[in-house]
Amino acid sequence: MQTITLHSFDGGIHPQENKHQSTQTAIAQLPLPTQLIIPISQHIGAPADVTVSVGDSVLKGQQIAKPKGFISAAIHAPTSGKVVAIEKRELPHSSGLEGICIILDTDGKDQWLEEINNGSLAINEYLEADNELLINRIRDCGITGMGGAGFPTAVKMAVQNRTIDTLIINGAECEPYITSDDMLMRERALETLRGVQILLKLTSAKSCLIGIEDNKPEAIQAMEDALHKIHREHHIAVVKIPTKYPSGGEKQLIKILTGKEVPSAGIPADIGIVCQNVGTCEAVYHAVAEGKPLISRITTITGESIEQPQNVEVLIGTPVKDLLGYAGFKQEKSLFQKLLGSKSKTESKPRIIMGGPMMGFTLSSDELPILKSSNCILAPSQKELPANDIASACIRCGLCTEACPAELLPQQLYWFSKAGELDKAEQHNIADCIECGACSYVCPSQIPLVQYYRHTKGAIKDERAAQQKSDRSKIRFEARQARLDREAAEKEAKRQARAAAAEKAQAAKKAAAAEALSKQTTESAEGVDENTSTDAPAETKNPEPVDLEKLQKQLDAAQAGLKKSMDKVAELKASASEDGVENAPIENLDVFEKAVATRRDKVKLLALQIAEAKKLAPPVKKEVSREDIEKKLRAQKDRLAKTKERVDLAKEQGLDSLPALQKGLDKQMQKLKELEEELAQFDKAGA
Amino acid sequence: MSSILIAITLLATLAIIFGAILGFAAVRFKVEGNPIVDQIDDLLPQTQCGQCSYPGCKPYAEAIAAGESINKCPPGGESTIIALADLLGVEPEPLDAEHGAEKDVPMVAIIREDECIGCTKCIQACPIDAIMGAAKQMHTVIADECTGCDLCVEPCPVDCIDMVPVETTLQNWHWDKPENLIATSEQPHEENLEQGVH
Repeated sequence: MQTITLHSFDGGIHPQENKHQSTQTAIAQLPLPTQLIIPISQHIGAPADVTVSVGDSVLKGQQIAKPKGFISAAIHAPTSGKVVAIEKRELPHSSGLEGICIILDTDGKDQWLEEINNGSLAINEYLEADNELLINRIRDCGITGMGGAGFPTAVKMAVQNRTIDTLIINGAECEPYITSDDMLMRERALETLRGVQILLKLTSAKSCLIGIEDNKPEAIQAMEDALHKIHREHHIAVVKIPTKYPSGGEKQLIKILTGKEVPSAGIPADIGIVCQNVGTCEAVYHAVAEGKPLISRITTITGESIEQPQNVEVLIGTPVKDLLGYAGFKQEKSLFQKLLGSKSKTESKPRIIMGGPMMGFTLSSDELPILKSSNCILAPSQKELPANDIASACIRCGLCTEACPAELLPQQLYWFSKAGELDKAEQHNIADCIECGACSYVCPSQIPLVQYYRHTKGAIKDERAAQQKSDRSKIRFEARQARLDREAAEKEAKRQARAAAAEKAQAAKKAAAAEALSKQTTESAEGVDENTSTDAPAETKNPEPVDLEKLQKQLDAAQAGLKKSMDKVAELKASASEDGVENAPIENLDVFEKAVATRRDKVKLLALQIAEAKKLAPPVKKEVSREDIEKKLRAQKDRLAKTKERVDLAKEQGLDSLPALQKGLDKQMQKLKELEEELAQFDKAGA
Repeated sequence: MSSILIAITLLATLAIIFGAILGFAAVRFKVEGNPIVDQIDDLLPQTQCGQCSYPGCKPYAEAIAAGESINKCPPGGESTIIALADLLGVEPEPLDAEHGAEKDVPMVAIIREDECIGCTKCIQACPIDAIMGAAKQMHTVIADECTGCDLCVEPCPVDCIDMVPVETTLQNWHWDKPENLIATSEQPHEENLEQGVH
């Protein structure tokens, strides 16, 4: 055994170990249960995707759910049988929430998948194999961390953009009662060490330290013997560490073995360390060397209510009651749970804890299944582990601060959590709390400190998520606003373009009408004045008042143009006579003289038109206008009604065009009013 | 005499230099908009629900900066009112019930998709474009983006939008706060007193 300078972490406690009860017999095999309940979310990350359907027959080791997303793990059938249901069931989780589970009725044949049985999935020369191949095999076999958190191992081994110099294997198993890792190392040391070799190859770390607490001398001995058998690994060392809770915490174990501290909010890889549980190493070995997926684990079943406390190899998904039945559960001795609060007074049931007494949680029923990370089932007696009592007031004794292995100030965190001062709790690094329960254990007032911290951590997470969501909403709202503005601007531009086009068309029409009028007037001027009976007035009457004005304007313009041209001609003539140059000026003169002639014609024509129009206008205007205005009024009313209808429709549907329509409606109303006024004036004038 | 002149010239020169620097800074580093509006806006929940009678959180923030009362935001509730009161140095007021009550749990809109007729009215109503769909095609709510503002419920002609509480999953679940019990409210067990542990 190499000598390694050990360090120590602050705080920690020495609760009664209670480990000897379950280490008296060898690891037993649980008889095949009749039904397995396999949750698809047994790991950190996204739940797996179910790949079987109800009624399918599956073989032992067959994948029944595939990983979804990067951080996820596959789930395999622990034995052969038939899928009878895929439904929501309560999960063994402190939340008591439901999740999708695959319910498998076992057929008793326990028949392996052919590929696994004939060894074709095994990688024989695994220490020479490609890293990618190994990681893929670990991923395909659904290996997750067996220590408790259940982080997918393949992901942990694949995400190594930092150089790792130390691989730490966690065999500390510091929590009271639990002995599954202890028994694993005693009985399967060689497999475990081979798994360590694989992980060492994957991380390419220079050294590997296997930390085991000194209360497991048999395990240490077994591991050292196995290490001697392997020979060639000189950089793997088994390290005996002093027994203290929670030395099995990842950060604490790293501190003990290397003296380094994982930075706050960081991961061990930040300081060149990867940590794996011994159970994970064994599972990795079976996955790589035998092609066997993670379908069973060693679980400790212990507590004073159990007749034969022991370690049992159980299939994942085995209901806890099968395990209790196998080990002999003495219901009468079991602790009848007395929860705090109103519910507990009417309802009490045997207390079964998944995990250890420090970090475990009470199961709501014994129907819940064993998961990949369930290392212990604890059924304590009333005397052994009394239910939580009513918390007294904090007496500020400071014991929690002394016990805290993360060097936090539990008392401060308690006040902040109680008062809901999340920001202050955050400033006091509540995120670094490992929820080990040491503070609650030593608290003389029996305050459920860890529950306060867990709640506060969750509340901080919620708050952060809400903040992120609100930021996103803001961005989306602003983007939408910008889009609406842009659309409105585009619409307005289009509308203006249309209006301009319409105006142009109108002008062209008017010009055409004017021309027609001028032709008619000249014709009628040649004829007699009796044009009132013909249809000519019908054509002329409408544009009449405007035309007269326009004609006047045109006449003025034409006259001005004529004058200009004549001036120019005179000027040219003068300059020509001065210079005595004949050719060029004459050409220009020609053009200008022509212009003068055409302009004079135009002026004449216009003058004639004006005279005609003036002559025609007065009698025609009065007679026709009355009728015409009435006609217009009727048309306008029709139009108004139509617009109103449209506005109503828009209002009902909440269309974007509503404001524009409203504007149009207003304009039309205005027009209607004008027409009515006009009519009234006419009537007055007529009277 | 000359020393006074020197002093005056020096001070005048300094005044001109600093004036120029200040003048330049005033133009170069001009703050666009009112910074307090952004600070207020950051505290508002950004549900854009319009329950405050303003068309979104930013307009309400602008109104608050202009003197509007701070208790018109039901989605933000008491915590937002307290935060705003802190920021603005005013007394917190109780939530104005006229604008609605604070919801206990976050909500999310769900379209019953087989009933949707594809009228796009909810899409037009959604202040943050969290509803997908096209005319005569089924619409659906992007649940992650939905702020639970209720604005899409009313325009739906076939009433196929439900507001449901956000589902608790393993990912967003967290422990409840321990009940605040008083030690004398219940008699403790005798054996616990003897052992002194739990």
